[in-house]
Amino acid sequence: MKLKKILAVVLSLLMVLSFAACTKAPVDEGNSEVDESNVNSENALTFEKEGVIKIGGIGPLTGDAALYGNAVKYGAELAVKEINAKGGINGYEVEYKMEDDMHDAEKSVNAYGALKDWGMQMLMGTVTSVPCTAVSNEAANDNMFLLTPSGSAVECLQAGDTLFRVCFSDPNQGIASADYIANNNVAKKIGIIFNSSDVYSTGIKDKFVEQAAAKNLEIVATEAFTNDSATDFTAQLTNIKSKGAELVFLPIYTAPASLILQQANTMGFAPIFFGCDGLDGILSVENFDAKLAEGVMLLTPFVANATDAATVNFVKGFKEISDEKYLNQFAADAYDAIYAIKAAAEKANVTPEMDVEATGDAMKAAMVEISIDGVTGAGITWTADGEPSKEPKAVKIVNGEYVAP
Amino acid sequence: MKFLSQLISGISLGSIYSLIALGYTMVYGIAKMLNFAHGDVIMIGAFVIYTMCVTAGVPTIISVLIAIVFCTILGVTIERFAYKPLRQATSLAVLITAIGVSYLLQNIALLIFGSDTKSFTSVVNIEPISFAGGELVISGETIVTIVVSVIIMIALVIFVNKTKPGKAMLAVSEDKGAAQLMGINVNGTIALTFAIGSALAAIAGALLCSTYPALSPYTGAMPGIKAFVAAVLGGIGSIPGAMIGGIVLGVIENLSKGYISSQLSDAIVFAVLVIVLLVRPTGIMGKKINEKV
Repeated sequence: MKLKKILAVVLSLLMVLSFAACTKAPVDEGNSEVDESNVNSENALTFEKEGVIKIGGIGPLTGDAALYGNAVKYGAELAVKEINAKGGINGYEVEYKMEDDMHDAEKSVNAYGALKDWGMQMLMGTVTSVPCTAVSNEAANDNMFLLTPSGSAVECLQAGDTLFRVCFSDPNQGIASADYIANNNVAKKIGIIFNSSDVYSTGIKDKFVEQAAAKNLEIVATEAFTNDSATDFTAQLTNIKSKGAELVFLPIYTAPASLILQQANTMGFAPIFFGCDGLDGILSVENFDAKLAEGVMLLTPFVANATDAATVNFVKGFKEISDEKYLNQFAADAYDAIYAIKAAAEKANVTPEMDVEATGDAMKAAMVEISIDGVTGAGITWTADGEPSKEPKAVKIVNGEYVAP
Repeated sequence: MKFLSQLISGISLGSIYSLIALGYTMVYGIAKMLNFAHGDVIMIGAFVIYTMCVTAGVPTIISVLIAIVFCTILGVTIERFAYKPLRQATSLAVLITAIGVSYLLQNIALLIFGSDTKSFTSVVNIEPISFAGGELVISGETIVTIVVSVIIMIALVIFVNKTKPGKAMLAVSEDKGAAQLMGINVNGTIALTFAIGSALAAIAGALLCSTYPALSPYTGAMPGIKAFVAAVLGGIGSIPGAMIGGIVLGVIENLSKGYISSQLSDAIVFAVLVIVLLVRPTGIMGKKINEKV
């Protein structure tokens, strides 16, 4: 009896502590940053015309996905700062305000409402796919122009025709990967290992297989695994090895990929491993032996140590206003998103007097006509269904670092 | 050559299943309960080794020993607080409790270690052996796992049949009431069973994560279930049966991945289980026991 009481006390204490840990941390972390969302604190700027074009932003500034939201915030702020310094859009000042959604669909919709009250004319967000899908329904109802920097799920753009994105959609990464491999002559004979119980992985694989056929790449083996059998890959690797594949395409996440790399190494099988954004972060798997990932290639729109003028300029500006840890593909996507909005708004002659609906109509017509040179690709254009078209970029892991191949 | 190499990786996977299945079958054979938390004790054992080895820098052998002690205490504690109060309850109640304990352990691990996958450093320091110019490779982990499984199997058989506490276990498994009347400490014997089962779990955790070095709070769950299937296939309650069931399961799984379809391998494995149980309801090595009325 006594033991039970002690146990009950200990358990309830644990519960209280864990609740405290859950609720407190993210709020504290966020406040300081959310408040400074208004960028235009430098008052010295003058603009040709009266009025402000208000661009809203939504993303996780606190919580588990805060790394992505903050990267987008700083990327967008850098672009807005540069644009205002050069006289704004159509002579009007640009204001960017970002609300926190903590990577939660409901909070994201609330944030959308708050931004509408503020007077948002168009939305550069949201950052993550699930909240983006929820907000896109609202935006479609309002005919609000929405440009997501990084919402990659197919569903993000399905609700209406004023919805666009900067990143590749999940399945389109399959097309981009096949294009990259074929155009750069990375390999001819390809094996695939994909997760048949995961929609992300299966979607990329299907598109990859289609595009590979169009590009005359030979797929020698397509092997699957499921979440329930994601430990032993030697059977799949043995098959792929015996078919003579030069490259193994891995449209999967880092945990199974780290096992595949290790098992291939034990078998003495050393093809080129090629992945998509799910593989990004393989080097930060705790205690992972980076030597195993040597030579792994992955598709990513942005390489911080690339030497082209656009990237160098962006990296330099970004480091001035923010922490280097936010310097990733999300920041680059957001930076390009703001410049895409500028290009489209100038083409459509958007003014602050236009209401949300009229802006949406003007912007969606202009988006398919513009072409911008950004840090995530040169000559980016958009189709009417909101998908970007740009040259895919890849990075290679050399000496434990991502470098442009 | 490809066939041999698929066969060897099947045996490697199977030996892991065997090692886990030994713990399952041991507890089932004596306490007549399915300890679904077994897979999660394995995961906890692996985390103990990970924390000792990687974070605290303790030598491998010592951290494995610490994990064995830790898991033994954990197993006995679980038995004392979760299962013992239910000794007189229906077996269904105990089964549900075991599932609850399994989730409890997973969530505690989530709270402490987070959901990120961690890369485990192998505790085995043996170079892989390669034949036929690198066409056929047997990893050090595979060799150690098979050797360890066989040693444990033999030791368990001897322990159960020859020693006094072992014979007490047999007696408890046959008839708890009668065993108590004969002066056997039933609760003590069941606690001992859990202690041994959990110590085996720690060893299985070390070798599972050395062979497949991705460690997360869910690492133990699926191998645990597969090993349970292996134990049933081999004849649950039979110690050599667990060994054979594990190897058979691993080989079938890998050969069907290699030659039939990597998408259907799990379906094939379970189809084989159904067929075996239709033909031999007690499993490959299971003995038919006539219930006395």
